[in-house]
Amino acid sequence: MNSIEVSNLTKKFGSFTSVNDISFSVGKGEIFGFLGANGAGKSTTIKMLCGILEPTSGDAMVSGFSISKDPESVKRNIGYMSQKFSLYGDLTVNENLNFFGGIYGLKNERLKERKSWALKISGLENKENTLTSTLSVGYKQRLALGAAVMHEPKIVFLDEPTGGVDPISRRKFWDLIHDISESGTTVFVTTHYLDEAEFCNRIILINAGILIASGSPAELKKEYIDNTVLEITCRETFAVIEKLIPEDFTQSVSAFGNSIHLILKSKFSPQDEELKIIKERIRKLTGDIGEVKIEIIVPSLEDVFLNLLEKRE
Amino acid sequence: MNIIKLFISKEFRQFLRDPKMFVVVLIAPVIQLIFLGYAANRDLNFVNTAVYDMDKSGKSRELIRDLEGSGFFKIENIANNYNEVESDLDNAKVLCGIVIPDDFEKKLLSKRTADIQIIFDGSDGNKASIASGYIANILESFSKDVSIAIVDRSGIKISFTGNVTPETRVWYNPNLTTRNFMLPSIVGLILIIITINLTSLAIVKEREVGTLEQLIVTPIRPYQMIIGKLVPFSIMGFVAIILVLSVMRFWFGIEVKGSLGFLFLSSFFFMLSTLGLGLFVSTISRTQQQAMITSAFLVIMPMIFLSGFSFPIESMPQAIQYITYLVPLRYFIIIIRGIVLKGLGFADLWQEVAVLFMMGVFIMLISSLRFKKNLE
Repeated sequence: MNSIEVSNLTKKFGSFTSVNDISFSVGKGEIFGFLGANGAGKSTTIKMLCGILEPTSGDAMVSGFSISKDPESVKRNIGYMSQKFSLYGDLTVNENLNFFGGIYGLKNERLKERKSWALKISGLENKENTLTSTLSVGYKQRLALGAAVMHEPKIVFLDEPTGGVDPISRRKFWDLIHDISESGTTVFVTTHYLDEAEFCNRIILINAGILIASGSPAELKKEYIDNTVLEITCRETFAVIEKLIPEDFTQSVSAFGNSIHLILKSKFSPQDEELKIIKERIRKLTGDIGEVKIEIIVPSLEDVFLNLLEKRE
Repeated sequence: MNIIKLFISKEFRQFLRDPKMFVVVLIAPVIQLIFLGYAANRDLNFVNTAVYDMDKSGKSRELIRDLEGSGFFKIENIANNYNEVESDLDNAKVLCGIVIPDDFEKKLLSKRTADIQIIFDGSDGNKASIASGYIANILESFSKDVSIAIVDRSGIKISFTGNVTPETRVWYNPNLTTRNFMLPSIVGLILIIITINLTSLAIVKEREVGTLEQLIVTPIRPYQMIIGKLVPFSIMGFVAIILVLSVMRFWFGIEVKGSLGFLFLSSFFFMLSTLGLGLFVSTISRTQQQAMITSAFLVIMPMIFLSGFSFPIESMPQAIQYITYLVPLRYFIIIIRGIVLKGLGFADLWQEVAVLFMMGVFIMLISSLRFKKNLE
């Protein structure tokens, strides 16, 4: 049985359609990435799946309960953690865990046991009596996750959980997400960081309320970018991009920091004569701007999404 | 039930960690009470006076002596000319200027009417009218003495006919001290501040820092949240009442004449309204700043002005008087003054108590519904 089963979910605010007829399912124990730009309808979808916002039409079953008919049961069976740190800063670590554990009905031995588990995973053993507001962001984030899954929900929703966290803490946080998913909890996560999306088992991408792609990271790359991708490292990247756009070999082109990712119109093996010709043409195009490095690369999810979103526009 | 208990204990922990809250609930009421106890004083104990005595006669000196002897007038300045009196009034050094013309004694002795000029600083109309009342009394008895003396000297024997002398008794506040009248109502003001202001702030704070969002996705129900939030603040309200009453009793010597139980019960009814208003303010404010300003300027201040706390309702225009019927504090002030000063009980105050109760239930209901809707 799937953990989450979304069918034709739609939410309208007046005449504005925030989420437009999306359907997908999430398997048990999966790490499921939910991606989209700001305002694409991510938060609205999460709110509906958590049972706090009623859909205009369509429905979803979350851990076996209908979000429109039985939102209270949904709430009891999920955990939720948002980007905003949502524990009480003026309570100690222990008091926060007591409070949130208690709300989900944990008590006595079980509460004690789950509390020590939460402390362990957040690395806050022996810091139970620290005021939560004094913890560093990385610790706070892990504690919040610990509090969100303390009651062992079947599904945990993480809404941009790593916003504003340094790379090392982000990595530790994702290790934790893996541990949680391995213990059988489904993780539904939204993120802005596409490198994080690579850690997900499956991903969907929504844009303007419409689902535009879904699959595992590898599938997505294969399905949407089967063609060769070149990375061109040079100076004056933006001028070069302008010159590349009108060329007949260009499918799409975008800037990645100091380099350019150019998706070609077909797939070439590295030894292909045609590819060599294209490389030459690029070198000619760029003209007299110093060193130009051209390499074939494996496309990243970012290539996939930029490509997908560009196609839409 | 368990969740509510959990919530309440959480609120108290947070309260104890916040020294600002501590000050607002426990220290501010006492300070406010003490300051108001001394400042909210409209009694006029003595009138600073400047006298320009042009006559410098026996009779004029006698009049000045009578003024001073009354205990109400304090002669600040014996002026040498009219300008001095004027400038004393301008500088607010005196409240009252008296000018005795140079024919004062002559006119009196020749059985004519003697005029004296009395000028008041009317910028505070209340004080001026009290002072003019004092002076009228003194002048009346002064002229009576003068006429008796003249009659005596003329040798004519007349018998005075009976006249009416009022024998006034003041009940409930025999010394007519404003303080006794003002202080009990402070219980109402303190409750307003704690319940409206702090409640709305505490809820909006959760919204601001994001914990409310977290609570919404938990199985906690809106009613549990409302009770969990409101119970701690009503307990703090009761603590503040006890504090205020103790200071009133042991510092100012104002005892509660009526039943304490009845006082607490009506305070609870009053708090239903104010907690409800606090809840309501929290639903229309997104930041703590907004909550602060909304509760202070849109709720608390109009409520105090329209409650009869400082301005008597009877002297308001009719239309405004009707509005005051909608102000819960109006009823609470009548009740608390009645209990503290007059020792009234339920039999005398049941109407006010009933209105307060109904208002409380109504406001609480509306606000709770709004709060619930707001969460979704």
